[in-house]
Amino acid sequence: MTEQMHEIELRVNGVLRTATVPSRRLLSDCLRHDLGLTGTHVGCEHGVCGACTVQIDGRPMRSCLMFAVSARGHEITTVEGLADPDGSMHAVQQAFRECHGLQCGFCTPGFLTVIAAYLRDHPDPTEAEAREAIGGNLCRCTGYQNIVKAVLRAARILNEGTDAPVAEEAPR
Amino acid sequence: MKPPAFRYHSPRSLPEALDTLDAVGHDGKVLAGGQSLIPILNMRLAAPGHLVDINGLTELAYVRTDADGVRVGALARHADVEADADAHRAVSLLRQGLRLVAHPVIRNRGTTVGSLVHADPSGEMTAVLSLLGGSVELARLGGTRRVGAADFFTGPLESCVEPGEMAVSAYFPRLRGRTGTEFIEAARRHGDYAMCGVAAAVTLDDDLRIVSARAAYLSVSPVPLVLDLTETLAGATPDTAHWRAAGELAADRTEPDSDIHATAEYRRHLVRVLTARALRTAAVRGADPAVGGDGQGSDDQGSDDRECGARD
Repeated sequence: MTEQMHEIELRVNGVLRTATVPSRRLLSDCLRHDLGLTGTHVGCEHGVCGACTVQIDGRPMRSCLMFAVSARGHEITTVEGLADPDGSMHAVQQAFRECHGLQCGFCTPGFLTVIAAYLRDHPDPTEAEAREAIGGNLCRCTGYQNIVKAVLRAARILNEGTDAPVAEEAPR
Repeated sequence: MKPPAFRYHSPRSLPEALDTLDAVGHDGKVLAGGQSLIPILNMRLAAPGHLVDINGLTELAYVRTDADGVRVGALARHADVEADADAHRAVSLLRQGLRLVAHPVIRNRGTTVGSLVHADPSGEMTAVLSLLGGSVELARLGGTRRVGAADFFTGPLESCVEPGEMAVSAYFPRLRGRTGTEFIEAARRHGDYAMCGVAAAVTLDDDLRIVSARAAYLSVSPVPLVLDLTETLAGATPDTAHWRAAGELAADRTEPDSDIHATAEYRRHLVRVLTARALRTAAVRGADPAVGGDGQGSDDQGSDDRECGARD
């Protein structure tokens, strides 16, 4: 059969984008292939690894478990949309850099979008809560220790400003 | 790992959705949260010709609580049900089970009704609905029917929803009397499919003696299994009850299968241990004077974790 195509409008990182996609186009593939936003990474494509996580109307969701056509009318925030328009990093990005929260970087976009949304609702997590918050994302490099530190560090930056001392969360 | 081609329908109203489902019949499938369906499509385990996306039917995104229980609409996300304070006060078992459904990010999109229709024997919500004796309302062009939990699940990944039908809501009745509940499971990692899970409800009389003890199980039977374990506990108080005896009885009555995640013998061991723990916690909650009447506790997640200690 001829595949059904859709002209869709998506609002991504505050910008209205258009694409022509088949029904079965996953949102993750639409972002990467149709819109050229390759910051969103694709790992397992069945919802386990978390690398493809984006925010839909501010809530983190797996873009590999959504069809692009279903995302019409919703506000999508990818990792490219976390930094300020002037290029200065989001607190979570800054904390990842300071705490060495990434090595190869493949899983990082998923962690960043999850943690940025989490800290909006939970501004002062404990270490246990930070671990729970990232429980749905896999990282094969870091052993998670520095990612947990980065969650706590990001919370501190958000609460106290960027000049908060680094030492407590990131001894190295 | 890409889904097969299908025709996409995005109805603007429930009647239009039922019209479409009626027209496409066997070849149609409802897409709600998609957190189970889309992995299945991505892995090419299913290839429906038509997907009817109900994400536009926002009138179905409700959680309504009254004196008798909680009704959850087809588009209510797990996260919304979990966060609903009224639902938690009326039926604590909902939140107790929901916090074990995959990960928060999955719960942001996945729907409670969708997970019931998916009928995964490892699904927490199937056990919750079964233990409470809840029901699912199914609509089709020209009519609706209500199916009780005992008849709803017909096999692994198989519910009684027929072609042309759509589950529009699920009803979780409130437990009566001085009743406490608990939901615990053992998984290799938090958020994974459980090797065994137990939902328990214990009812006490005014002298805090146990009059009823029931448990529902996941991952140890093809459809949700509900066991009445009252005979091992009746008349005892939460302090004197012989919880291990209840666990032994439950283990005798389950026949789990082996798979790559756990042997049958290990799953039966988990039934024994988790049953005892879940019943004990449920009874303690039921006896809590703050709970009283037909409530099931004002517990938050923190106290859940302290009391069950089963996810070590």
